[in-house]
Formats: sequence, structure tokens, C-alpha cells
Amino acid sequence: MRLLIKGGRVVDPASGRDALGDVFVADGRIAQPVGTPDRTLDARGLVVAPGFIDLAARLREPGYEYKATLESEMEAAVAGGVTSLACPPDTDPPLDEPGLVDMLRRRAKALSRARVYPVGALTVKLAGKQLTEMAELTESGCVAFSQANVALADTQVLWRALQYAATFGFPVWLRAEDAWLARGGVAHDGEVATRLGLAGIPAFAETIALAQLLELVRATGARVHVCRISSAAGVAMLRRAKHDGLPLTCDVGIHHLHLSEMDLGYFDSHCRLEPPLRSRRDREALAAALADGTIDCAVSDHTPVDEDQKLLPFGEAEPGATGLELLLPLALKWGMEMKLTLAQTLARITSGPARILGVASGRIEPGAPGDLVLFDPDAAWRATSAALKSQGKNTPFLGMELAGRVRATVVDGHVVHEA
Amino acid sequence: MPRNPQLNGNGELQHLLSIEGLPREILVKILDAAESFVGVTERDIKKVPLLRGKSVFNLFFEGSTRTRTTFEIAAKRLSADVINLNVAASSTAKGESLLDTVANLSAMQADIFVVRHGSSGAPFLVARHVKPHEHVINAGDGRHAHPTQGLLDLYTIRHYKKEFGGLVVAIVGDVLHSRVARSLIHGLTTLGVPEVRVIGPQTLIPAGASALGVRVFHSMREGLKDADVVVMLRLQNERMSGALLPSAQEFNKHYGLSLEKLALARPDAIVMHPGPMNRGVEIDSSVADGPHSVILPQVTFGISVRMAVMSMVAGGG
Repeated sequence: MRLLIKGGRVVDPASGRDALGDVFVADGRIAQPVGTPDRTLDARGLVVAPGFIDLAARLREPGYEYKATLESEMEAAVAGGVTSLACPPDTDPPLDEPGLVDMLRRRAKALSRARVYPVGALTVKLAGKQLTEMAELTESGCVAFSQANVALADTQVLWRALQYAATFGFPVWLRAEDAWLARGGVAHDGEVATRLGLAGIPAFAETIALAQLLELVRATGARVHVCRISSAAGVAMLRRAKHDGLPLTCDVGIHHLHLSEMDLGYFDSHCRLEPPLRSRRDREALAAALADGTIDCAVSDHTPVDEDQKLLPFGEAEPGATGLELLLPLALKWGMEMKLTLAQTLARITSGPARILGVASGRIEPGAPGDLVLFDPDAAWRATSAALKSQGKNTPFLGMELAGRVRATVVDGHVVHEA
Repeated sequence: MPRNPQLNGNGELQHLLSIEGLPREILVKILDAAESFVGVTERDIKKVPLLRGKSVFNLFFEGSTRTRTTFEIAAKRLSADVINLNVAASSTAKGESLLDTVANLSAMQADIFVVRHGSSGAPFLVARHVKPHEHVINAGDGRHAHPTQGLLDLYTIRHYKKEFGGLVVAIVGDVLHSRVARSLIHGLTTLGVPEVRVIGPQTLIPAGASALGVRVFHSMREGLKDADVVVMLRLQNERMSGALLPSAQEFNKHYGLSLEKLALARPDAIVMHPGPMNRGVEIDSSVADGPHSVILPQVTFGISVRMAVMSMVAGGG
């Protein structure tokens, strides 16, 4: 199979290339043009970029098929231009056994859509007591280990888990949130929670847990990726830690780059997210830190929730937002706000996460995997229930007009989505 | 910020969900209407036909006797039919969702839903899903708001103090968990009270309380100084000893209202409490039953205020 993508604006964040040209894909890899293509995509007027890499997308299988299925969410991924995604282990049962991981990978592969990289549970049932068989899980395809949104309250177990992971060089992806301080909270502990009478999660629930985590990284040398940082104070700590040479990486949820506690309005349950949307100052710090490299990449934190679970009072509503199909428009919006070039903007959802995942995709050069996206950065579309392929229609941007529409997605040299 | 969901296209009161965001004119209009109903409640025949033929559904997802009863009396004095539903014990126990419960009752031709719910914001959710001719009155949601209580507190203050300008109002106790405090604070600041104080230990004052337009005091003695109005909040039993407070006794010593502490306020200060009181915890009996106390008149005014609110949302004026 030879594919020619012709006449597009080729943007490769890894090399900084941004020029009109053609991209040729042969046998699943980007190659120098040879012979006649089996298929040609006309990319005139479109941007051709490496397929997006999303380090946090919940596919809801196994266990939560009523919220979403692998079929629906893999369609959503490629409709959003996402060609590789890592899925957190908070399924039911959690991804804590090789058999489950194996089945998920095989089911995903059979659908021939995006590449799926499972993140294994760090502890059995995510319960924070017993380590999982990380070596076995790695063999079955886990790329890292995580607690998803379940905080590991016992610092002794956390210490041992990081020691054990460090022994074998397994990456550990963790959110920083103190379980006790976050207990019962549903919104950022600030002005809006006070006004609306919502139980708060203070920003220091993040910084206290982060301080613990940083000390444990110093002590164990574990390769830790900090997930969904949410506060200005947390960003400042990470900046210092990176400056001190700690081997850390970090991501931020795409919604947190644009929204703050103010967007809760009159109890909009679509804005019930984990971690909570914090103050405007926090939002600005996150947007700036992603631009200056303190934060390495943006993730969709895709969490399909069925409508009934959002049609509840704010504090009872299930947290999370659908995100796979909003990743591109929200990244573009952020890049405009920060006055970045398109290559700089796209780096946060291509080459940046590729480095963390340790994969060869996320760039356009001969030999790299043939994972590409063709999009129109200016095309406006409305984020309606009907427009979203994901089974989760839960987004704070529902009904709003966004710019940036994916026209075609290529995985392993095959066109898997066209619009 | 989306449009205020309580007002209709003409800026009139469609629902009463929160005092926050209501313009001064509407608050004054409610208080004035309540005043006119005080006369009705003092007559031999305590009924006016303003809501004749209308149905008021008291929908209490959280237990309450006092508030439910005052709504019931208010509705009956307006000649409405009242249906009391103790939902906490029925539908929700069977797993029915809040909106399903409301949809079912709506099918029985309701005009007003009086909603109390343990979760902040629940009445907003209900208001977003009712039919255009149906009205929602918040009878207390989580820690968020209790607007009719706030209005009756405002009514009581206006009754005894005549004007809001120049007043010092001190709200004392568990502000963190208090929907009464939140509603009253918004009402007082909207009506131009120059100094609203909240008094309590750090554990019971919410984060960023000053953003509500109040001065925060941790010393009761400093906070009560020269106050015209002292509002004591109820301290829930389950919060009296634990991580928030060591004991009811210690709370009483520092933040309970005694005659001796009350002497720091102005000589003509009034003392209010939303009830039910914990005597000997947040308020001593000598104060609760003393000459400064207006706690029982508050209850009486509460009926007129609720009549005013119901007639304004559903009575076409």
C-alpha cells in the first residue's frame, strides 16, 4: 500500500519544518516517493501533521460499555486526528492483569483505528495496597503504570511502588492529589465554591502530594510522569524540580488550558472535572507553562460519561469531559492565545507526548510510522451531540463553535477517517 | 456567565433559586409584598384567593418540619392546593432520579415546586427542566442557598431597623456549611448594608469569604462590637466534635452568644436565629428568651415572606 498526500502544508513539529509539499507513505512508513501510489489524498489548503498522540483517553472497556464502547471511542479518536492513545487503567475491572490488557489490545487492534497503549494499574484493583505484576503487564503491552484518579494514600506503598518500578525502569504516571485533603471535595476551594456552597479541594491538595512525589523521585530515581497538573503553585514546583535536574515529565488536561472555576456558572455539571477547574490565575499559569516547556504535553483526558450521570446536582454528577474530538481545536485555540507557531502548538500533541511514550511516531521523516492527520485549521464547526462520534457528549463546549476540523486521518499508512 | 435563570425575559421573577443575582428592586418588591400579607395573617379569615386553583408541590429530599410547614401554611393562605411529598423516604429510595421525580409530578399538573435538597444546585437543575408555566422555589439546597430564609431575615431586619444603610450586621458560627448565611449575605450587600461581618473559627469560615463582601472576624468580641444585628447560625450536632471543633462546650465559650458578649453590641441590637436552636451551644437561653431576641417574630414573618414569593412567581404579579 502506497499513499501519496499531495500539496499540503506539511508541519513537522519535531524538526520545525513548515512548508508546502508532499508526504509519501509506503508499507506503513513514511518514505521517499517511489513508484505509483495506490491512493492519493489531495491536501491542498490543509495542514499535514503527524497524527496526534494523546496520553489520557478512556475507552471505557472493560466494564463501562454503557458509557462508551471501544468501537465508538476509536471512531472518536480518529475523527479527532488522534492516531495513538494511552488509556488509563480505571476500567472495571482495572487493568491489573495481563489477560485484560492482552484482550484490550487485541480488541483495539482488530478495529484498525488508532494505536492503543494501555497504562497498567500500579496496584491491584487500584486499591493502593499490593503492587501489580508490572513485568508481566509490561510484556502484555503496558507502557506505564498509574493509579488513574485514585490517589495512593499510603506513602509507604507509594515509596515501594516507585522503588520497584525504578528497579526495572518502568515509567510511573501519577496525579498529584492528597487523598485526605481532596476527600468529599467537588470543586476548587476558592471564591466560586464558597459562593455556590460546594465542598472544596484546595490547591495545596496538589502541592502537598507533589512535594511527596518529588521527594520520592529523588530517593528512588523512578521515571515519573506527573498527570493533569492543575495549579500555579504546582507548576512552580515542577519548574524548580526540572531545573534541579529531576527526570520528570508532566501533562495538563486540555480543558484546564481554557476554563476556570468561573465557568461553573450556575452549577454546570459539564465543568465537574478531575482535577477541578481552578482559579483564572491557575489557568493562566498552566497555559504559560505548557508554552515554556515546564509542562511537556496536553492531553484530552477523554472521559465519556452518559447523560444521566451529568443530569444530577453538580456534586453528584460524574466527573469528566469528552475530549478526543476537541483536542485539536482546543490546542489550536491555546496556541493562538500564546502566539505560538503552528509547529510549536502541535508539538504539544505530537512530538512532546511521543517522547514520553517512547515511540517513533509523532514526526514526519523517512522511516517514521505512517501516522498522519490532514486538517483545516480555520474550518469552524459546532460541538453538538450529533457532531461528536464519541458516545460521551459531555463537554463544557457543547453547542459552541470551534475552529480546526480534521479532514483525514492515516494510521499505519491506511486512511482510517475522512470527513 | 449564562443569563440569570431566575428571571424571565421581562426581568420578572420566574423562580426563586438564590438571592445572589437578584436586583435590589425585586428584593424590595418581595419585602413590600410580604408587608401587605402580614395584615392578612393577622385577620380572622387568613385567606386570599391569589393562588386559587393552583397546586403547590412541597418536594423535600431532605427532612424538615419547620420550613415545610411554613411553606404549607403560606400556600394555603393563598388558597392554593398543597401536596406534601416526603421524597427522601419514597422515590429516591427506589432509585428514581431527581429529574424523573419532577417529571412525574409535573404530569400531575403542578404550578409551583418547593424544593429542598441536600446537594447544592439541585433546584437550578430542576428549574432548567420544568415547563414554562411551572415555578421552582428553593427551600434550601446543600450549603448553597436558602433564599426564603434570607428574605425573612431581611424582612425582620427592615421591620426593626427601618433602613439598611448604616447598619452593622454580624453573622456568627458555622458559615462554612450555612446556606442561610450565604443567602443573607447576598441580600444584605444588595440592599446596601455597609458592614457585614462573619465571625467564627477558621475551620468554619469558607475559603475566600471576603470575596462575598464581608469582613471576617475570628474574635467574637471584636466582631460583635457595635453590631446592630446579630445573626446566630445553627451548629449541626455532627460538627460539634471532630476535626472542625473539639467540643460544643469550647465552641460555646468562644462563639456562643451570652448576655455578656451581647453587651458589646449596640444597646438596641436585635438577635436572630434561623432555628432550630441549640440552647447552650450557639446561644444561651438568657439571650434567646431575652428582650433583644426577635427569633419568634422571624417565624411569623417567614409565612408572609413565603406568601409574597409564591404570589410573585405564580400569581401574575
